[in-house]
Formats: sequence, C-alpha cells, structure tokens
Amino acid sequence: MAEPKITLAEVEHVARLARLDLSEPEKKRMRFQLDAILTYIDKLRRLDTDDVEPTSHAIPMVNVMREDEVRPCLPTEEMLANAPEREGDFVRVPRIIEE
Amino acid sequence: MSRAADYEDVIGLEVHAQLLTRSKMFCGCPTTFGGAPNSQTCPICQGMPGVLPVINRRAVEFAMRTALALHCTINSGCRFARKHYYYPDMPKNYQISQYEEPLAVEGWLEIEVGGQVKRIGIQRVHLEEDVGKLVHEGTLETARASLVDFNRSGVPLMEIVSKPDIRSPEEAAVYFKALRAILIYLGVCDGNMEEGSLRCDTNVSIRPRGSSELGTKVEVKNLNSFKNVQQATAYEGERQRMAITSGQTIVQETRLWEADRSYTLSMRSKEYAHDYRYFPEPDLVPLKVEQRWADQLRTTLPELPVERQRRFVSQYGLPAYDADLLTQSRALADYYEAAVREYPKPKVVSNWVMSELLRELLGDDEAAISKSPIPPRNLARLLALIEDGTISGKIAKDVFEKMYRSGEDAETIVRREGLVQVADAGALGAVVGQVLASNPGAVEDWKKGKKQSLGFLVGQVMKATQGKANPALVNQLLLERLPKEP
Ligand SMILES: [Zn+2]
Repeated sequence: MAEPKITLAEVEHVARLARLDLSEPEKKRMRFQLDAILTYIDKLRRLDTDDVEPTSHAIPMVNVMREDEVRPCLPTEEMLANAPEREGDFVRVPRIIEE
Repeated sequence: MSRAADYEDVIGLEVHAQLLTRSKMFCGCPTTFGGAPNSQTCPICQGMPGVLPVINRRAVEFAMRTALALHCTINSGCRFARKHYYYPDMPKNYQISQYEEPLAVEGWLEIEVGGQVKRIGIQRVHLEEDVGKLVHEGTLETARASLVDFNRSGVPLMEIVSKPDIRSPEEAAVYFKALRAILIYLGVCDGNMEEGSLRCDTNVSIRPRGSSELGTKVEVKNLNSFKNVQQATAYEGERQRMAITSGQTIVQETRLWEADRSYTLSMRSKEYAHDYRYFPEPDLVPLKVEQRWADQLRTTLPELPVERQRRFVSQYGLPAYDADLLTQSRALADYYEAAVREYPKPKVVSNWVMSELLRELLGDDEAAISKSPIPPRNLARLLALIEDGTISGKIAKDVFEKMYRSGEDAETIVRREGLVQVADAGALGAVVGQVLASNPGAVEDWKKGKKQSLGFLVGQVMKATQGKANPALVNQLLLERLPKEP
C-alpha cells in the first residue's frame, strides 16, 4: 500500500481546527479515510477541463434574493430542546479556553 | 540604537456595522435588539442540516449605498464564502461572509484633522452575518461555563476595511467618527456602539519614518467608542515602539483592548485563528450587480455629512466649528435647518441649538432629537420674541428651560408669567430714577471716570425689574441722566 497523501501532522492540524480530540487509533483511521477521499478526487483530475470555466455552482443562476420581511421564529423551548445543556433560556457550553 | 520618535504609526480600521434591516441576512427572524434570549432564531440561523439561506435584498442595497457613498467600485459579480472556525457563538461552525469577491472595493473617505483634509482609502466593503452572543459565568478567568444567546446570530453585518492610510490615533478616531456619521446619514446603521451595532478593530504597525514598507501588524479588538479607538491605537503604537527600540520583534497577533485598565492583552496566536479554509458558499448563488441597479441606488443617496457641513458654511455663513457640530447627526442638521427656515438668522439659531438645546438633550441622534419637547418652530418663535423686544435674552433662557420642561410654546409661558419686557421709557424712567437715588456711590464713581459703574447701575435696574427691562433702553436712560463723561 502506498504512503497516504495526507500526513499524520496534517490530520492533527485539521482535527485541532475542528476542536476534535482524536486518539492515536482514530488519527490513523482518519488518515486513511481522508486519503481515500483525496484519491477519489484525483480521478476527477484526469478529466480534460481546459475549455471549462471555473465555477462555484452547478447551475447558471444569479441574484436569488428575498424581500426584507419578518417571519415567525422557532419557539424558544423548541430551540433549546436541541441544546446539549441549558441554563434558563441560554444554551450552556463549557468555558472556552483560548490557545 | 533607534529612537521611538523615528517611527511612525501605520493604522487601518475594520469597522463592522449591523444593518438596519427588519429581518436577518439569510432568514426571516427579526433583528430587534433586546429580545429574551434565544427567542429570535430559526433552523436557518441555527445552521440545522438541510436548510437553505436566502439573501436579504435590503441588506445588499444598504451595503451598495454605503459603497457608493464611499466612492467604491461595486463589483459586477460577487459571491459569498464560508469562513470556518469553531466557536460556540456560531452554531454552523462557519460564518457566511465574503472573501475573494467582495461586494465593493477601492473607495475613499475624506477626513479633516488639524485643518488638513486627508483621504483615507477604503479597501473593501463586504456583507456577512453576525454571530451569537456569549455571556460568561463570572469572570473570564474563573468561568466554568459560558451561556449563549443566538438572537444576534445571522443579523446582517457589513464590514468596511480601510487601507493602512491612517497615521495617528487621532486620525483613527476622526475616521471612525466620520464613517459613523455617513452610516447614520445613509440610514443603514443606527451607529449605537453600546448595543454593539457598530464595532471597530484597529490594525496597528509601526515603521521608520520615510519608509514605504509595512511592519508586522497587530490587530486590536473590542473597541466600542471613539475614545477607545484612539486610546487603544495610541497604546499599541507605543508598545510596539518600546519593543522595537529595545531590540525585540513584533509578533503578528490579535490583542484585546481592556478599556478599564487601558492596555492591550494578547488574545490568541494568529497562526491557527487565520486558517479559515474559505470556500464558496454552495447554498447561495452569486450576486450580479447590474449597472442600472447601482445607478438607481445612487440617485437615492442623501446629502452626506461633509457636503452638508460645507454647505452650512457657504449658505449660512457659519463658522466651521458650528457647521461640523450641527451636521454630526442628520436629525440635528434637519432640526437646525427647519429652525433657520422659520427664523432666518443662522448664527443666532446655531448658538441656541449648540448651547441650550444640546445641553438639555441626551444625545444628538434621531431618537433624542425626535423626543425634543421644543420643536424647531417653537425655538424660532422664541428667538423672534427676543428680536421684536418682547422678552430680553436673559429671560429667554429661562423661558427656554420652561419650554423644555413643559413642552409649551414661548408665547404661552411669557404671557402667563408676565415676562414681557418693559420697554416703556416712562415706566423704566421711574425705576432708573430710584436706582440712581439709592446708589449715590456709583454715581460718584461715574463722575470720577469709572465707566464700570454704568454696568453696575444697569444691573440694579434689571434686578429691580426681575430682568424684564430692555437692557438697551436702560442703558440709554441712564446715560441721559448721568452727568456727561468728564
Ligand atoms: Zn433565523
């Protein structure tokens, strides 16, 4: 098996950006899964795209907008039902530690 | 060894303005400030899987108006992008913003510092969404948990980035002030810094005077007043001067301004904070701004503060100081002009607005002016009463205060309280006679050439008439009866 396209250090970097605390076996597993994705993307590179304009969207459409009108919100209780923890009407999260 | 004075400041400001739309940037939740926590959210602004954001047309138009007022080029095509970072104030773990293709670029704003007009370049104007608000349990150092309110999450935010053209903390404050005035004139932002509708970050670096290279810049966040912008920028420039002249190097970082203790504090290393992995927002198709759309918006731009200030000088002959102060807020300038239309003595109106009205009002913004118990017409009528001799200038100040407390007009108060000026030579003559008789000392002084005693005698007559005597007439009557000057 060839060496994966992504290094262990890169896996650690993106995990840190995503605030994920991965164990050593998880890092290894992620490394191979990410490698599989990159290998798949490589297949696309074989296509000849010389005459194709780069685009960010699959459909040629612009200016989809809405008028500035207020619509009903989700009731607070329903919204908080999705929160891992709550305190009063707030969502409670662990304190943030800056690096 | 280099000296601190050999270095100049290079400053750029990033200003975030909440737009005065009714609904959020990409969903229909209201943008009202002060609602109960988490009462203004929906699956879209909470970033639930599968939802589709849709762009608020008014937010785009507000940003375009601003861009036009700042002489920017509006890009014919622009795109939204996802800016990824993980922080609990943002449920999607990305903020929808603009990156490589912002709405507008390359403009300028004119400021005046120390009598010199200077152009500060605008690098870009772009649209994004605001994030939620974190409240810490206890102090930041000891907190075990944070509480999140997502009401603000998704509120339209416009970012205006200046070029590093600012050269002093004072210029920074003046620029921020001028920009705020423009946003308020345009009606796109309320400019309320306490509520966080307008926020500012400053980027500071220093370099040897005469150099054209840029030094390592430090970003200072959390500036919510003109004073904070000026102080934080000054502090950061000094900190860097001291570091460099003592042989240290500046690290590129983000620092937080601690207003209570007046210093900047390192926040986090930029190395990680800036790895945002932007990519085009797949859920939003690009915006294409037709020239016609921009042209149409251009015709709706109001007269802006600088233009209005210049007009106040040329049309009303006001000193630059008055014109500047009166045009800081659109509402105040409107008030002034309405009063001048009714009482066409511009400098007199200006004096009354600046000294009397602004002393009573809590601010000069729309809300404060609209609540003024003295409408422009009533101020004009009061000034007319002084001019036609009905009341004296001194009495007028009391009448003004009474008008302010009661909301009544000047005539009503003057009539009810019998404040009409005594301008009848016969009636005043009697009082003048009494005053002369009971103040022989002052009369002696006058004979000896002490001219100040005339002022004293006028004062005595005013006192005897409870300020209602016409001062010019009193003067005249006294001079008639006092011996001619030696
Ligand atoms: Zn929403």
